Amino acid sequence: RNYKSVIFFLWLVTNCFIFLGQYMAMEITQVLLNAQSVDGHVRKHAEESLKQFQEQNLPGFLLSLSGELASEEKPVDSRKLAGLILKNALDAKEQHRKFELVQRWLSLDSNVKNQIKTCLLQTLSSPVPDAHSTASQVIAKVAGIELPQKQWPELIGSLLSNIHQVPAHVKQATLETLGYMCEEVSPDVVDQDQVNKILTAVVQGMNASEANNDVRLAATRALYNALGFAQANFTNDMERDYIMRVVCEATLSPEVKIRQAAFECLVSISSTYYEKLAPYIQDIFNITAKAVKEDEEPVALQAIEFWSSICDEEIDILEEYGGDFTGDSDIPCFYFIRQALPALVSMLLETLLKQEEDQDQDEGAWNIAMAGGTCLGLIARTVGDDIVPLVMPFIEENITKPDWRQREAATYAFGSILEGPSPDKLTPTVNVALNFMLSALTKDPNNHVKDTTAWTLGRIFEFLHGSTVETPIITHTNCQQIITVLLQSMKDVPNVAEKACGALYFLAQGYEDVGSSSPLTPFFQEIVQSLLTVTHRDDAGESRLRTAAYETLNEVVRCSTDETASMVLQLVPVIMMELHQTLEAQKLSSDEREKQNELQGLLCGCLQVIIQKLGSSEPTKYVFMQYADQIMSLFLRVFACRSATVHEEAMLAIGALAYATGPDFAKYMQEFYKYLEMGLQNFEEYQVCAVTVGVVGDICRALEDKILPYCDGIMTQLLKDLSSYQLHRSVKPPIFSCFGDISLAIGENFEKYLMYAMPMLQSAAELSAHTSGADDEMTEYTNLLRNGILEAYSGIFQGFKNSPKTQLLMPYASHILQFLDSIYMEKDMDDVVMKTAIGVLGDLADTLGSNASSLIQQSLSSKDFLNECLSSDDHLIKESAEWAKLAISRAISV
Amino acid sequence: MKKYISKKMAPHDLRRPFKRPTISDQQRRRELTLLRQNQSRRDAQNHARFLASSVLALHDQSQSPEPISEPPIVELELATQDDSKPETVQHGELDVLQASKLGGAEARKWFAKQLMLPEWMIDVPDRFNQDWYVFSRPAGKRCFVVSSNGTTVSRLRNGSILHYFPSALPNGARTKDNSGSALSYSILDCIFHESDQTYYVIDMVCWRGYTLYDCTAEFRFFWLNSKLAETGACDSPSHYHKYRFSLVPVYNCEETGLLTVYRGATPYVKDGLLFYNKHAHYQTGNTPLTLAWKDENCSQYVIDTDSNGQIPSQQQVVLELQDDGKLITSDDPPVVFGCLDSDFIVKSGLRSGNLLRFAVSDGGLSFVDGKLEKADIQYLGKSNRARAFADSYSKVIFQYMVRHSPLRFEDLLATVSSSTTEANEPSDVDMPG
Repeated sequence: RNYKSVIFFLWLVTNCFIFLGQYMAMEITQVLLNAQSVDGHVRKHAEESLKQFQEQNLPGFLLSLSGELASEEKPVDSRKLAGLILKNALDAKEQHRKFELVQRWLSLDSNVKNQIKTCLLQTLSSPVPDAHSTASQVIAKVAGIELPQKQWPELIGSLLSNIHQVPAHVKQATLETLGYMCEEVSPDVVDQDQVNKILTAVVQGMNASEANNDVRLAATRALYNALGFAQANFTNDMERDYIMRVVCEATLSPEVKIRQAAFECLVSISSTYYEKLAPYIQDIFNITAKAVKEDEEPVALQAIEFWSSICDEEIDILEEYGGDFTGDSDIPCFYFIRQALPALVSMLLETLLKQEEDQDQDEGAWNIAMAGGTCLGLIARTVGDDIVPLVMPFIEENITKPDWRQREAATYAFGSILEGPSPDKLTPTVNVALNFMLSALTKDPNNHVKDTTAWTLGRIFEFLHGSTVETPIITHTNCQQIITVLLQSMKDVPNVAEKACGALYFLAQGYEDVGSSSPLTPFFQEIVQSLLTVTHRDDAGESRLRTAAYETLNEVVRCSTDETASMVLQLVPVIMMELHQTLEAQKLSSDEREKQNELQGLLCGCLQVIIQKLGSSEPTKYVFMQYADQIMSLFLRVFACRSATVHEEAMLAIGALAYATGPDFAKYMQEFYKYLEMGLQNFEEYQVCAVTVGVVGDICRALEDKILPYCDGIMTQLLKDLSSYQLHRSVKPPIFSCFGDISLAIGENFEKYLMYAMPMLQSAAELSAHTSGADDEMTEYTNLLRNGILEAYSGIFQGFKNSPKTQLLMPYASHILQFLDSIYMEKDMDDVVMKTAIGVLGDLADTLGSNASSLIQQSLSSKDFLNECLSSDDHLIKESAEWAKLAISRAISV
Repeated sequence: MKKYISKKMAPHDLRRPFKRPTISDQQRRRELTLLRQNQSRRDAQNHARFLASSVLALHDQSQSPEPISEPPIVELELATQDDSKPETVQHGELDVLQASKLGGAEARKWFAKQLMLPEWMIDVPDRFNQDWYVFSRPAGKRCFVVSSNGTTVSRLRNGSILHYFPSALPNGARTKDNSGSALSYSILDCIFHESDQTYYVIDMVCWRGYTLYDCTAEFRFFWLNSKLAETGACDSPSHYHKYRFSLVPVYNCEETGLLTVYRGATPYVKDGLLFYNKHAHYQTGNTPLTLAWKDENCSQYVIDTDSNGQIPSQQQVVLELQDDGKLITSDDPPVVFGCLDSDFIVKSGLRSGNLLRFAVSDGGLSFVDGKLEKADIQYLGKSNRARAFADSYSKVIFQYMVRHSPLRFEDLLATVSSSTTEANEPSDVDMPG
């Protein structure tokens, strides 16, 4: 009887699902349409139903979506949404979610997947643009999952067979699919034979003989994504010539979108295949010059971008040469910019006269004048001194013209070339120009001219003022005038005032290493007062003005000297009061709240800078400490509001406070601890998490063993962070370093965490020991990781030194020595890792002493690696190595 | 329907930063914070590595039975900031900086214990030519030179201050050049040679906070040779460098080495020879692993003089009186030379711990199997107050031998040349002065 009832129950359940499935299949169209309803209630209900369906029967859900998308009888809106939901079921922005979705798709029944894929391919032939366009995106996502798994081998073949279909829209959809696919999958999962076929199909589609513009545009955009696949083809002269010819021809197409897409291809080629460009550069110059001069703005912008991108390449290459030309870079510099210099400069100077009215008030503005000036600035950085004589006549001719466009263009040109050429070359001109600029900033009737003038002054101070510059631009005689003009200008319209703040920022920065007496001292009070006045302007929310004023205040404080310490101290209650007021504000609209949060972030940032400044000398620290309690209570209240930036800023400020306070910080710990934990749990806003990890280190050093009561919680959270694949990887190396900070603070009390921390360190060490074949970015990260691991080991060894429990570390010694040996063998560590690694060798010897002497003597690190470090030119490496040698000699000789 | 965003094959955004600095102030704040944190972490590591070890090494020397509970760094900071009193502090918990604040007897006692004192050579040790270094001892005052926190202090064997001066040693003067932590210190074992006003450095105990107590003599001499000159301490005196420091040439104990130190010219007046075992650590107090020897050719003062500078007719020894009336040497363990009866002790007003002067009478010292069996000594009185210790056994015996049957230079040379025939090692290559 029992058996029968089970069968009956199963029958019931199965029928329910079948029924539900049928119901959904019938109803899915309506649900999809309802999900786009203007009526929020209807929409919410529909979304609920979709969610339920997906949770109860995923295969059925995906099948009905693909069926909906493929069906020509269904309304376009439901088809489109079906496709988009399908797409979202395959991919997500967050790394961990994406991983889950990929695994979910791969584990689906292959019949289901095949049915879905058939529907998708079929939809490509749909005459409805929204349907086939959506299908092509979904196909690319499926390809992105399956091709790396060597699944769906027939995909590319069947797509290519579509290319020869008569209806143009099928061809267009297929080319789009190829384009999306190339964006989704990495080149190494497609074999060269198929790459060749894809490129052939795409380049043919781009050819002038292709009559249909939609097809030609789709093909050109597909090429943009497929360029990364063309490595082999670009090394073959004939194939490269062909691709380049077709791209260049497409830049002459009568259809503006095709021309724009073709220039985008050229921009991409300029960075991906820089070293292959020499034979084409003359033609490309002619094409771009013509586009910049005559073509519509979107095309002209791409043409300018081509040269900006070449500058990026050459700046990188020349930086890698490091100034002396004996160094070898992987890619030689072809000096394209230098060769085309006079023509390029005159082409770009022309663009500067095409400003838009009010472009300075519009955050999102980007036009040909802005692009041209930006490119001119990059060229100045690429060629240095040679640009100056080419630009000076333009400046001289235009700077005093009645037309504001000419004056602005001349000023912008001047400002653009201030970075790159040598101070020797620029100083004489700047000395003459400075007075003119100061007067223009006060007297020019045009805001646009004043904006650019203030910006140019800022550039002058940024690049030609400071302790490293031999001939000072700012002297005893003109300093007062400059400051008066800038402070005056800070009362101008917001965009001009913002640039004036920026100029003051760099003016202050130039006095960073001025010593005990700063030329700004006589003006300090006035500057601070003016900046505070700016922050209170009603229109300070425009053009980033308030932010700029606080940032400048920060820099003025950072670069201040003992002479003005009392005035910095007076600033503390002022900023505290401001922060207090933001916390008192009640019942804000969400817009107001956002602004409030922004302000709180700025104020916390400002307090952080002040704390750091005052904390760095004993007398000021002593006086500052009277505010510590109040400041801390303000910071704690700030955590009540929900804004990542504010949390980060408050956390940074608390770190500075802990550093200044030292052991007395213990009294805040009880209240602060929950926010510390919250910060460590903030996976999503990883910057907050990263900053909090750094603050744990500050607190360890401030409290030393008084941090012990909080260590269980902190360690638990740090260990969780390390095992989370949600957390941004950049936070993990500092977490390891933080283990070291904790151990150094609590010494042998770290014992109870060893069993958790050591395996974690050990497996991370294994991962980071071998990096063969990794790219630069990966190697850089690996070195950060190694440094974190090594700092942890150092802290742990030093923490246990002279404790009766050092024996607890013996079991880990051989693995740690192996780790040191293996990173030495790998030969790709940077100087920081080298220094930390050799230090760990010393720490190990120092703490374990004679117990580890035979292990140490067996290790490669104690011989070759140590010798290499001993003869290093890097002072810090040498110092650590000498110490390690000493520690080893003691350990061995006992 | 923000959730479902369709993608278009759209042109890519090519806007570049316009009239903006390359990094934001917020980014700058983050970077400066990271910089500060890294710096603090490095400082914390360095404290743990260098300072702590030096201080603890000193603790170890002072036979303090209780474990060290306070973090040493804290002690150092106290020592440099707090000028008042630590008189009441137990010796065992002192470090060198604290000790240097001590006054009078406290300081003398502490410092007196910090030097490594050679025994006198009463026979030639084994493996003499292989394991030993030799150098000629400059005549002058043996002292401990400590440079830290912008000053240099030299203290004599009895702990009293000889000079308080600026020097080119690390942290030895208040100059702007601060390579390294202000708290890190260096300790040298020196002899101050009056006539050329030079400190001859015979050993290195701590260097820039690195402790060398646990290092072999071989390593210490290597370190001394490679580090001292680069500070400028060997340069002629100047405003920030009041006395010149100088290295003493050290040789392997082989024929050439011995002949050089014995007969060769030196810029200083010689006062005997010193022998150092290459493998020995810096051990405070008396040690048989460094040895002193002298004869008339290499020293003005072979036979001890009395307080008037006269050679007494009978050898004099200084011994310490114990509770039970026993008279002992300063060795560890001590050697008993005799016993005073309690009546005599009470009558003379002597107390346990007193240092007493005796004359060796005609009966002399008699030995059985190389051990002292009987000493015929006669009480003379309490010793000079400046004395911190009784004589060591080896000193008494050496002086006795000098008067009766001295160990001659030829004897030393003979042991070396007889063994060099079999092991012909290169001499003094690795140890140039």
